[in-house]
This record gives sequence, structure tokens and C-alpha cells, in this order.
Amino acid sequence: MRHVLSVLVENEPGVLSRVAGLFSGRGFNIESLNVAPTLEEGVSHMTITTRGDEQIVEQIVKQLHKLVTVIKVMDFSDVAAVEREMMLLKVQAEGSMRGEILRMVEIFRCKVVDVSFSEMTIEATGNAEKIQAIISLFQRFGIKEVARTGSVAMRRSMQLDT
Amino acid sequence: MELTGAQILLESLKREGVDVLFGYPGGAVIDIYDEIPRHSDLKHILVRHEQAAVHAADGYARATGKVGVCLVTSGPGATNTVTGIATAYCDSIPVVIFTGQVPTRLIGNDAFQEVDIVGITRPCTKHNFLVKDIRTLAKTIRQAFFLARSGRPGPVLVDLPKDVMISKTEFVWPEDIVMRSYNPTYKPNVNQLRRSVDEFFKAKRPVLLVGGGLIMSNAARSLTDLAHELRIPVVSTLMGLGAFPATDDLWLGMVGMHGTYAANMAINHADLLIAVGARFDDRVTGKVSDFARHARIVHIDIDPTSIRKNVNVDVPVVADCRLALDGIADIYKSRISSTTPAVDYSEWLQTLAEWKQSKPLCYQKSSNIKPQTVVETLCRLVKGNAIIATEVGQNQMWAAQFYTFTTPRTLLTSGGLGTMGYGFPAAIGAQLAFPDKIVVNIAGDGSIQMNIQELATAVENRLPVKILILNNMHLGMVRQWQELFYNHNYSSTNMEAQPDFVKLAEAYGAEGYRITRSEDLESELAKALASPNTAIIDVHVEREENVYPMVPAGAALDEMLLV
Repeated sequence: MRHVLSVLVENEPGVLSRVAGLFSGRGFNIESLNVAPTLEEGVSHMTITTRGDEQIVEQIVKQLHKLVTVIKVMDFSDVAAVEREMMLLKVQAEGSMRGEILRMVEIFRCKVVDVSFSEMTIEATGNAEKIQAIISLFQRFGIKEVARTGSVAMRRSMQLDT
Repeated sequence: MELTGAQILLESLKREGVDVLFGYPGGAVIDIYDEIPRHSDLKHILVRHEQAAVHAADGYARATGKVGVCLVTSGPGATNTVTGIATAYCDSIPVVIFTGQVPTRLIGNDAFQEVDIVGITRPCTKHNFLVKDIRTLAKTIRQAFFLARSGRPGPVLVDLPKDVMISKTEFVWPEDIVMRSYNPTYKPNVNQLRRSVDEFFKAKRPVLLVGGGLIMSNAARSLTDLAHELRIPVVSTLMGLGAFPATDDLWLGMVGMHGTYAANMAINHADLLIAVGARFDDRVTGKVSDFARHARIVHIDIDPTSIRKNVNVDVPVVADCRLALDGIADIYKSRISSTTPAVDYSEWLQTLAEWKQSKPLCYQKSSNIKPQTVVETLCRLVKGNAIIATEVGQNQMWAAQFYTFTTPRTLLTSGGLGTMGYGFPAAIGAQLAFPDKIVVNIAGDGSIQMNIQELATAVENRLPVKILILNNMHLGMVRQWQELFYNHNYSSTNMEAQPDFVKLAEAYGAEGYRITRSEDLESELAKALASPNTAIIDVHVEREENVYPMVPAGAALDEMLLV
């Protein structure tokens, strides 16, 4: 099962390598990893998406916790959470295709952020499924390049079923 | 007052109560070495290889319960410590390793004797630090010792660039340490203790399984009290030997690959297993799906990652072993009343006694000296009062099986990593801590050659460490596997090409004894043990003796090969 983990870490040199090394050394799998500073100085936030059965994910969470530089770990599969990812996608866009591409951009509420005679670069945000759907639909135009941030996530303020 | 980095380091060691430092100098730490002679209360032991510095600090830590400390130079000095660090990490031993580093401005430049030791040791330390700013030096050292000895202990490495050791700052010793991201759980959850006690009342066939964590948390007394109060049988892992007196009638022996028949049978027939400070290593469990197959499991460990890592647990207790055992004992006693009688496992104990009696540890006698006899004779001569270090392999297993361990911290052995070459330097560390005790390294002819150079260290410091070589001129354990599972294909396990150990000892200024006849064993061994000097006792034993019982790798614990 796919799990989204939110990890608060001390922002010191080597912390990324500690987390990445933990996953590689113990044979855990990282699907995506996103790191950025938080509002609190010296603290960074990592969002890690991983796959594994219950016992493996329990180990991952515990092992992360055990790292001396990790402050807090949350598994968002246990709670309601908002999850988003941003993607930049460069697509072939010549002549007759441009109108069709712009319609798709509108449907998915994307943005065109760069354009040339033959290509367009589109900014898209959404959860993992939406991003996947956009990639599938744009494939027939010819995708030149994709850059994705990996998921970031946040706990919902209202936890309705609890 | 302003102090240099080197002065701050030594001042900090004093504040941490360090009295022995194992080390080896080099360019990057020469400023620290320049300072050492001014600190007469700190004893520096010059080893002959950096690996031995860590093993010696580790042996010192295991024998005393204090943090072991070592100091080495950058580059090769640092990389040579890696095996020692990994050894300490696998067995959760508190050691602080100081490594020299090239000046900060050269880091990353492939400078002479530069290596990214923090990067290299990240997966085999509990934590590690690179000190880039002298103003953080004292605090970092304080944190390193705190991390090494607290929670689940382990090795912590501090990398010290040369320029940081030379520069100066005001020395402020931080008395309090607050680390918001590090808070080990010592106090057990009372509900989990209650649930554990419920299990005792429900059980008919309980077994206590103890590991190294129990020794680490100084919980041997609590364990013995609980076992006696409830009359529960006790088994232990290799790392747990000494936690419970092997002379006690509740003692069943070591479990696992070379465990006793009674201990392994007990695990697989138990209906309740209480594991304390043990982590269910594959050498302990055998085939995991068959391990303790009828038992509910209570698992007490200070490290949450140990719980449910290898086996499923019914009642997890994350806590210090001693506090948890004492809590369980208190709750148990408070429940006993006129309507709730004390637990009674006498029927189970009866069965266990029969197993114990029907298949005790044994071996066939012969005209050649048997390695098992050597260990038994040693145990008799020192009346079980020595500190025993071992190397790894058959020597280690015979030491574990045939020496009667009754006291915690008297067995120093590389359990998790299985490091050949560990025993001798570890024995040196222990002898420094306990100059008046008999310290014996039970070795094989293969493993002793992995750190033999430390004879110079032992002789220089007049340490009466005894090296007892069970010499079968083989890499015995690998040979045993080749005999049993690889069709007698003795590939590269013959070690007949070996030095004359007696002459070798003498060349280093130590004493050498050779024992080749059974009738000389006891008298020669006694003579060697009585010597005030470092000595090698080279005992030529039966060449193709095997360690039994043996659970083949991947088999269930009750599928043992017996003698």
C-alpha cells in the first residue's frame, strides 16, 4: 500500500543523507521525496511517499523516529490529509495542436508558463492521480520533458470520521 | 578563559569522567596529542592498529558499563575504526570515537589523509558529528556522550578538523542537554505492564528469554528476583549470558543455532515467551515462522524498532528493562490474594528438567585434547570468576556453552557483527578497567591472527591478559559448515601454515605456553593463569571437532543436530 509520510527534521548538513541512507540500507522503497524549510528556523519538512505492507511501514516510521535528527513523523494514511504535487511538462505544440492543448490546460486548471513556436511548458498541480491523468492525456501530443516535485501533504483541519 | 580546541576536548573528557583513552596519533590529531601529556589523570593507551582502539574501548565499556573512548587520526586512521564501530553498533555498546580531520578549508578537496568518515560511518553509528565551529565543540562532545550512553546505547563518532583543534574560544561546559528530537522512553506504560501480568496468570508454560539489553540496563538483579518469585525458567541469547546465573536450577541455557536442547525445546513448546532486551536475531530464532509457534509474546525493549521487526508481538513494552521488570513484579505481587493464588508452573518445570537431564551439553572424550574440556578446565581453575573475551567462530560457541557464566559483564563477545579479531583488544580494555581480575581471551588460531599485533600494547602496559588459543589449525566454524553442508569440501579453511605462537609471544616479550597432551592441560593452564604477565596458551585440540547442538541455518529450533 502507498503511504505518505510527513517528517520534520533538524535542518543540518547530512540529514537528507541520513534519511535516504536509512531507506536504501534497509531495503525500503522511496517513491518520492520532497524537502523544504518550514517557518521555524532550523527545521525542514520532508514528505516521503513509500510503499510497503503494514509491518514494513511501521518499521519505516519507527526507524525514521530513531534518527537523532528527526523531530516528528506522521503517517498520513491514518488521517485525512490534503496531498498535492506540482509538475512542469514540456509538450510539443505545433500549429493545429495548440488549440486542443489549450483546452486541456483549461480543463485541468493548468497554466501555460512558457511558449515557443513548437513547444509549450505547462504547470500543473494536483494529487498523484490527477498528475498521472494529465501525463497520459498529453502523451499523444508528444511530451518532451517532465519535472515533478513529488507529493507534499498536510493534515486536514477537520478530521470528520474521528 | 580561552582554550584551544584540543584543550577543550581534553577538558570535556575530564568532565565526562573519562580515565582511559585508546588511541593512535597522526598528523590531523597531533595538536591533541601535544596536549595529552599535560593531563596526568587521563591514561592514554597506544594501540598498534586503530581497529583495536575501538575494540578495546568497546571491551572497557562492556566490562564497566561506562562509555569507552578512542582517538585516531584522519583518513586511514579513521577508516580502520569502521569494523570496530560496526561491532559496537550491532551490540549497542556505548563508545565515543574521536577522529581527526583535515582543516575545514580543505574538506572536500581530496586532501592528504582526507576521508568523509562521517559519511562512511553514518549507517553504523548511533549518530555522528562533524565539528566545523569551535564554539559548538563542547556542546557536541557533551551530546556525543549523552547519546552514546542513553536510550539504546551505541557508538557515536565526532570528527575534528585540525583547524578547529588549534583555534581558541571561551570554554563553557553545558551542564544540561536538551535535544528536542531525542527522547528515549525509559518508563514503561502501566497498562502494558498490567497486560503482561495478565499473560503470566493465563500461561502454563512460560519462558523468560533475556538478551544483551538486560545487561546494558543493569537489570540482572530484577530478572533474578522475578524469575525466582514466579519460578519461571530462563534462557538467554549469546549477548545475555551472565545476566542470569548458569548455576541456578531455573536456567536452561543459551538458545539458538548452538543453544542447548532444553532451551530450544522450551522456546518451541512454550505458551508464553517474555523477551527482555533481546532482538530476535536470525541466529536466535532459526526459521522465524516456526519460532515459539505456540507462544504469546511479551517483548520488553527500549528501542521501539526492535519490536515487531522480526517476530510478531502480543504485548509490546517500550521501556528500560529494569524498570519494566520491577513494575511487572510489583503488579504481580499486588494481585496475589486469598482468591488469586500465585502462579504455579511446576509441571512445566518438571518437563524442562527431564529435557535438561536427557540431553545435556556433551561431547565425546578422546585421547586428543577436546576444546570443550579446555573451556571447562579454565572455568574450574578460575572458579567462574574471570572476565572472558572471545573471538568469533567455534571458540566463541564453546566458550558460551562450556563456561559457567554467573555474573553480568563477564562475557565480552561480538554477537551481532561476529567480528574475528575482537576478543584480544576487548580483553585489553577490560583488563585496564579491572587490573586485578583474571581476563582471558578464548581464541581460535584463525581469529587471534587478526589483531595479534596488540601483544605489544598488552606487554607495554604490563597487562596480564591471557590468550587461550583453541588451536585446531582450521577456520573451524567454516570447516564445520563445509563438513556438514558442503560435502566435506574444505575450501581455504586449513590453517596449518601458522606461526609458532610460543615464539611469537616471546618475540613480543610475553610468555608462551604450548599444551599438546591431555595430562598437561590442567597443570600448564594453571601455571599460565597464575603468571603476572601477558601470555599466550596455545592448546592443540582435536582438529575436526564440531559445535553441537546445531540448528542448520533456516531450520526450526527444535530441528537440532545433536552429538
